[in-house]
Amino acid sequence: MGVGVKVDRLNAWYGKTQALYDITMEAQANRATALIGPSGCGKSTFVRCLNRMHETVPGSRASGKVQIGNLDVYNGTAAVHIRRRIGMVFQKPNPFPTMSIYDNVAAGLKLNGFHNSKRLDEIVERSLKLAALWEEVKDTAKKKSGASLSGGQQQRLCIARALAVEPEVLLMDEPCSALDPISTGKIEELIYQLKEKFTIVIVTHNMQQASRVAEFTGFFLLGKLIEFDKTERIFTNPSDKRTEDYITGRFG
Amino acid sequence: MAELLSTEFETAKISLWRRITDSFATVAAVGAVVIVLLPLAAIFGYLVYKGIGSINLAFLTQIPKPPGEEGGGMANAIAGSMLILALASVVGVPVGIGAGIYLAEYGRNRFGDVIRFTADVLNGVPSIIVGIVAYGLVVLSQGHFSAIAGGVALAIMMIPTITRTTEEMLLLVPTAVREAAYGLGVSRWRTTLSITLRTATSGVITGVMLAFARVAGETAPLLFTTLGNQYWNWKIGQPTAALPLQIFAYAISPYDEEHKQAWAGALILIVLIVASVAAVRYVTSRGMLKGAN
Repeated sequence: MGVGVKVDRLNAWYGKTQALYDITMEAQANRATALIGPSGCGKSTFVRCLNRMHETVPGSRASGKVQIGNLDVYNGTAAVHIRRRIGMVFQKPNPFPTMSIYDNVAAGLKLNGFHNSKRLDEIVERSLKLAALWEEVKDTAKKKSGASLSGGQQQRLCIARALAVEPEVLLMDEPCSALDPISTGKIEELIYQLKEKFTIVIVTHNMQQASRVAEFTGFFLLGKLIEFDKTERIFTNPSDKRTEDYITGRFG
Repeated sequence: MAELLSTEFETAKISLWRRITDSFATVAAVGAVVIVLLPLAAIFGYLVYKGIGSINLAFLTQIPKPPGEEGGGMANAIAGSMLILALASVVGVPVGIGAGIYLAEYGRNRFGDVIRFTADVLNGVPSIIVGIVAYGLVVLSQGHFSAIAGGVALAIMMIPTITRTTEEMLLLVPTAVREAAYGLGVSRWRTTLSITLRTATSGVITGVMLAFARVAGETAPLLFTTLGNQYWNWKIGQPTAALPLQIFAYAISPYDEEHKQAWAGALILIVLIVASVAAVRYVTSRGMLKGAN
């Protein structure tokens, strides 16, 4: 089951440059929340703050409160522990190039010390099925490298890899930006199904995509969350002029 | 526009000047390859020509006969070289790879710069000086020459090469691959060892083999450390025969028979180096998957 994500006055910096200003919002459990906005507006930084990936960039820091279910992300919990509960899918598919498809999916468990091979078999199969990749790779999963798949397959492999550790929240940072329309369609369909089990936060440049997959949408501009509301309302009747300008294509 | 281009492309003849430049560049590139390969082929060919006649079972299984006598072989020197190189690798490879990991993953600071500079300087230190250092460190403190002293000298020579190539290869691994592991909740040290190093394996091994091949033929650092030995020795604390030393001793000897054996020894040395590099390549590539890069 997914859990909600509560963010309260989150600020983030790269060195001396502030990238996020007082972001406050809530992503509801078992719903998809889309984040839109022009390039460089801070939406990627924002999702990277949710699982503390932001701090892996040298010189960066963040302050504020982030709660994933009852887990306080910035208070007393080790970053690795948080990342095990919050899966992440990146902009460009990034399978581990020297590992087989199977090992890619099993990596999160194996590298954290889980080696029961019978259970691993089950988890890998279930994760690949959830990511709608099982049928395409079931015969070659142990023989072929993850890097040998097509771009769309690689991205679904990365989704399977993130799902295998059974996260409660799945962060997706423009997961379809490097994919063709058919692969994009498959992944959107997938997001629709995954909502039953996980809470999804998805960054996207594609406004149609946001309206297709997400119940809630947030609009970011220059590091600030300008508006956050039901997707329908954002796209039909936004309350802020800047949101309206952006979604009608007047800038950005 | 596109149509215009394609019709132009079909009808236009590639100018004579362009074709001349093209063939000139091709010939120059092929020529460069030949120039690179020629010395290697010449050395190997000449070694085979001079050395193959003296290689027989006795050469590979017996120890040297007293000067002036026919027969005998370099078996003890072949074994000694293997022993010394194994010792050098056991010391040098882990230290070199470890230092490379530090520089790539943690060494973006002043201390890292100091190590980088030190490694580059060490790489340029003449091998005979390294031999003297090992003499001072190991031989003097033990009170006698030994295989381990030679191993230390060769390890000191291997470390900077392995360190710098390991660093370069790890830095080539995209940040996205590291982030994928962090995103799964894998700790940093585990990511470095199981993901980054594993992704860079083939490059790291190339660095190790370069360092190995380079020190395998070193003679000067062994003069002060392993000394040489006319008999079998398997103890790492005792003076040990080594192929380069034996080749050197025979090459400057007055006996014709020993000159021939020196050629044969040189041939064996090159074959051993090529064979061990090829063997390591084969073993490590067997684990590779279809489509992996």
